[in-house]
Amino acid sequence: MKNNWPLWEVFVRSKNGLEHRHFGSLHAADAEMALENARDVYTRRNEGVSIWVVESKHITASNPENSGELFEPAQDKVYRHPTFYTLPDEVKHM
Amino acid sequence: MKNENLIQYIYGIADNALILGQRLSELCGHGPSLETDIALTNMALDLLGQTRSYYQYVARLTGDEKTEDDIAFLRIERQYKNVLLVEQPNRHFGYVITRQFFFDVFHLLLLQELQNSKDETLSAIAKKGIKEVSYHQRFSSDWMKRLGDGTEESHQKVQEAVDDLWRFTDELFHLTEDDKEAIETGIGIDVTNLKEKYNKKIKEILEEATLTIPEIKWFQKGGKQGIHSEHMGYLLADLQYMQRAYPNMVW
Repeated sequence: MKNNWPLWEVFVRSKNGLEHRHFGSLHAADAEMALENARDVYTRRNEGVSIWVVESKHITASNPENSGELFEPAQDKVYRHPTFYTLPDEVKHM
Repeated sequence: MKNENLIQYIYGIADNALILGQRLSELCGHGPSLETDIALTNMALDLLGQTRSYYQYVARLTGDEKTEDDIAFLRIERQYKNVLLVEQPNRHFGYVITRQFFFDVFHLLLLQELQNSKDETLSAIAKKGIKEVSYHQRFSSDWMKRLGDGTEESHQKVQEAVDDLWRFTDELFHLTEDDKEAIETGIGIDVTNLKEKYNKKIKEILEEATLTIPEIKWFQKGGKQGIHSEHMGYLLADLQYMQRAYPNMVW
């Protein structure tokens, strides 16, 4: 029966104030079942306080074949990191 | 209230959790899908966790060297006071869900009352269990609706399970002598008062699931007196094997 169920991606927020992060995927017949399955599969060891599920087909992914044009131009542009500034001592945790 | 009565009263509640937990544990690695397998074994662990709290309390009440393991593993069949419903075997997924649903609705109503018990330990165990059992009821109710209102085959299978298991539900509301004594002292819950709410909830979910309650007049009973169905012996053989073969073994 699992073969008939669509795939869902699961995002879990581990603590209030943190963002939801991708935890994995699972099969479920609908959104409600996906939430319950996510609760049982991914938060049984107290990993989360909130769950998002989205059917995998709704995610548009970049094509690995296009990696060259998408990502390589950024490799030699270190000046885009804000590391060329002198930080005042009063600014901590940067 | 004498300790012996209190102990028997606790068995009447705790043994249901142990035996249903054992039944669900049998499905570990055998669920119809990874997701439902984990869900069912999570519920098994919830129930076994609740069982431990009750048995640890019983071990304290007995005052001798008895441990929770002795209570779980070394009683003989007649000394287990669980209802017949929870010992029924895992015939198929729809059967497992129906058994779970019939028990969860009762279990939640019971714990909601038990949290007002005059016995502080029982009240605390009940409070802790309510959240777990609320989820069990949500899970099994949702699945009743999915299966009942699903395909022709799932509807037929779950309706057969309802027809087969309904005759075990009346026993949930029977009072034993120990129950009556526990009620008098304000420790026990009068389960006869839960029946109306129980039937209402069952009816509501089954209607949504397009399932019907069979019209039967004769109900099975006996578990609460320790008179079990033929399935119980096999279940206990599995449950008790390690402790009988290797006395006093621990994890």
